[in-house]
Amino acid sequence: MNNGHDQPRIGVYICHCGHNIAGTIDVAAVAKYVEGLPGVVVSRDYKYMCSEPGQELIQWDIKGHKLNRIVVASCSPLLHEHTFRNATEKGGINPFFFQMVNIREHNSWVHTDRAAATQKAKAQIHGAVRRVAGHRALETKKVAIHPDVLVVGGGIAGIHAAVTMANAGKKVYLVEREPSIGGHMAKFDKTFPTLDCAACILTPKMSSVGNHPNITLWTYSEVAKVDGFVGNYKVTVKRKPRYIIEDLCIGCQECITNCVYKEAKFPDEFNEGLGKRKPVYIPFAQATPQVVLIDPELCLNFKRGVLTDKCKKTCVEACADRKAIDFQQQEEIKEIQVGTVIVATGFKTFDAKRVPYYGYGKYQNVYTSLEVERLVNASGPTGGEVILRDGKKPQTVAIVHCVGSRDVNYHEYCSRVCCMYALKYGHLIHDKIGPEAVIHDFYIDLRCFGKGYEEFYRRCQEEGVHFIRGKPAQIECREGKLVLVGEDTLLGRLYRIPVDMVVLCAAMQARKDAEEVGRIFGVSRSRDGFFLEEHPKLAPLSTATDGVFLAGTCQAPRDVPDAVAQASGAAAKVLSLIVRGRVEIEPTISWIDPDICAGCQVCLGLCAYSAISFDERRKVSVVNEALCKGCGSCSGFCPSGAARSRHFDNRQIFSEIDGLFDAIHAVGR
Amino acid sequence: MQDFEPTVIAFVCNWCTYTAADLAGTARLVYAPSVRLIRIMCTGMLDAKYVIKAFLEGAEAVLVSGCRPGDCHYLNGNYKARRRVKLLKEILPHFGIVPERLKLTWIGASDGIEFAETVTRLAETARRLGPSEARRAMIL
Repeated sequence: MNNGHDQPRIGVYICHCGHNIAGTIDVAAVAKYVEGLPGVVVSRDYKYMCSEPGQELIQWDIKGHKLNRIVVASCSPLLHEHTFRNATEKGGINPFFFQMVNIREHNSWVHTDRAAATQKAKAQIHGAVRRVAGHRALETKKVAIHPDVLVVGGGIAGIHAAVTMANAGKKVYLVEREPSIGGHMAKFDKTFPTLDCAACILTPKMSSVGNHPNITLWTYSEVAKVDGFVGNYKVTVKRKPRYIIEDLCIGCQECITNCVYKEAKFPDEFNEGLGKRKPVYIPFAQATPQVVLIDPELCLNFKRGVLTDKCKKTCVEACADRKAIDFQQQEEIKEIQVGTVIVATGFKTFDAKRVPYYGYGKYQNVYTSLEVERLVNASGPTGGEVILRDGKKPQTVAIVHCVGSRDVNYHEYCSRVCCMYALKYGHLIHDKIGPEAVIHDFYIDLRCFGKGYEEFYRRCQEEGVHFIRGKPAQIECREGKLVLVGEDTLLGRLYRIPVDMVVLCAAMQARKDAEEVGRIFGVSRSRDGFFLEEHPKLAPLSTATDGVFLAGTCQAPRDVPDAVAQASGAAAKVLSLIVRGRVEIEPTISWIDPDICAGCQVCLGLCAYSAISFDERRKVSVVNEALCKGCGSCSGFCPSGAARSRHFDNRQIFSEIDGLFDAIHAVGR
Repeated sequence: MQDFEPTVIAFVCNWCTYTAADLAGTARLVYAPSVRLIRIMCTGMLDAKYVIKAFLEGAEAVLVSGCRPGDCHYLNGNYKARRRVKLLKEILPHFGIVPERLKLTWIGASDGIEFAETVTRLAETARRLGPSEARRAMIL
C-alpha cells in the first residue's frame, strides 16, 4: 500500500441524494467543474452514493482508473464518513485517503439560490480535492475491550439492561444513587394500558438483580470519575455510608421496630412525603437490596450528620449478635475497570410549584401525578384508599394534563406519558371511589399512540370520564372546593368547575445534575436538557463518546415499554462490542516530529490528558499514543510546528483553504 | 457595493458547532451561501495561522466556533481557542484587518438555530465592513 507520497489520482463522486441535493445544486455542472481540477481522474454524479451500487462504483473506479484518493460530496460525514471510508478500503486503498464534503446539511438544505448553492458546492469540493491530495495513510489501532460493563441507574431501564447482559454471561456493575433499585417504576401502582401491577412485573426483576451471580449491585453509590476510552474505562465509584454493614444485615427490620422513635414521624421520600418513616428505615417493602439504612440527619446518635454517640442505641441492641450496625462507617471509594457504560439515570418530575396559578403547595388537595401513584397504590401510605390530606374521600376529581410540558413558559416538548397515566388515574379513581365518582379530564390533545393505547382511551370514555378540551387558566379555592376556571375550546364556552381533588400531570424533565453527570461520561445534552444521542434516527442509543450508551428517560421522556426496548437495544450494542472483542481506535492523534521539536515543553502544559512527556535524553517531547485523544491542543500552539495532528495537519488545512479560495477566485462566490 | 457577497470562513469543531450546522440543515434554516465551513476536531486545534491564512486569501470574516464552556469534548480545548482568538484580535490590525471580522462563539450541538443566526449576523457585519483589502494589500 502506498503511503501518500505518489502522484494523486483523485476520484470525485457527487451524490444527488435523490432530490435532496440535486434539487438545489446543479450536480452535473459541479461534476464538470471538478473534472478540470488538478489530480482529478474521475468525476461523477450519482443518485445515491451510500447505496450498494454507489459504493461499488468507487471500488470499481479505484481498480479501473488506479485511483489513490477519493472524495465523496454528499451528506454529513457524521452520518456516512464510515460508510465511504469502508468503501475506499474495500477498493484497496487506505481509508484515510478519503475526504467527505457535506453538500446536503451545509449546502442544499440551507440555501435556496440554485446558482449560489452550486458555486458553493464547487468551492467545497475544490477544497476537499486539494486537501485529499495531502492525506497520508494511517493505520487504525485495535485495542481489546474489557468485558465488564457499568450500568448507571437502577430504574427499569438500568435493571433490564443489567439483567440482559448478565444473562449473557457478562459481569455487570450496577450503580444506583438511591438506597434501593427500582426507580420511578417501583412507585407506580398499575401500568397502562394493560393495568398490570407495576410491582408484580418489576419486583421479580429487582430480585434477580440482587441474586444474579454476574451482577455487582452498589446502591447508595455514585460514579465520581471516569477515565480512559472505549474498551478501557477506569471508573471511580463513591459508596455513601448506610451505617449498616450490607453483608451482615438480613433485612429483619428489628432495628426499625426498636428505634427510640416509637412512631414514624419523618416524611418518607418513597411515598412522596405522604407517608412517614423513622431515622432507621428501609425505603419500601420490596427494596433491593433488603438492607436498612440510617439517616444521619435524623438519627439521634448523630447531630446534623456528625456522630455524637448520645442515643441509647436500642437498634444496636435489637441487632444483637448480628452486629450489622456500624455508626463509624465511612464513605468508601471503589475503582473498577470496565469496557463499556450504559447511562440510565432517568428523569425527575417537574416541580408543580413553578406554576403558581394551579396552587400546588398552597391548596392541600392539589396533588401531583407521582403523589397520586402512591395514593392509589395498595402498598402506599393509605393502603390504596383515595383519602385526601384532610381525611375526606373525594367525590369529584379533576385531572389536568400538560403541567410544565407543551408550555413555552416551561418545557416546549411533550412528556409523552401523561395522557396515558391521566387516563389510568381516571380508571383507577373510578375503581377506588366507585362509579358515582365524577372525573373531569382537562387536556390539550390526547396522545394515545402506543399499542393498545387508543383502545384504553375508548374504555375510559365508556367508563364515564368527562373529557374537556382546554387546560384550566387557574385553580381557585372557594368554600372548601377547588374551582377550575378555563375555556372549553371545543364548545367555545368558559367553564368554572368545582371539585374536591385536583391531579396535576407534571412533566418529565432532565435531572438537575444531568449537566454534571454528562460531563463525567462525556455526554452532551440537547436543548431540552436530556442527554443527546449520537444520531436521532440511526444511532439513538449511542453517544458522542464511544462505548457510552443511553437507555431510558435520561435521553427523552418515554414510557415503560419504550424504556425497556431501549435498554435491550443498549445491552445489545454493548454485547456486540464485547463479542467483537476489539475496537478500532481512530489514528487521528498527535505526533511530535523529534527533528523539529525544540524542547520548549509548552505542549506538556497544554495537554489535557497528560499524554505528552519529555524525553530528557533526546530533549524532545513525546506523545503517548494510548492516552492521546487527538484534540490538537499541542499542534495548535507548538511554536516550532513540531507537534502535528494526524489528518488535520497544517498542510491539509492550508490546502483546504487554498481550494476554497481557488474556486471562489475562479468561479466567483 | 450592492451585490457584494462577503466570504465567511467558519472553523468549527467536530463535536458541537459542526453538529449544530448539521442540525441547521436538518431544520432547513436558510443562511447566506457564502459561508464556508472547515471542520476541525476541536477549536483547541486551531492554529492562529489558519485564521490569518483565511484572511489573506480573501475572507471577509472568520468564525471560530466550539463547544460551550465546560462542554468541550476534549475537556478544555475551547478555552485554548479563546486565548488564541484574543491574541489574534491584537495582531490582526497589523495585517490591516479590523478585529471585528474575527468572531469566536460557543455553539452547542443542539443549537442549530443559534448557528444559522450567528453566521447570518457575521455575514451582515462583513457586508457592512465591505470587501477585505488584506489580500490585495499583502502581496503574496
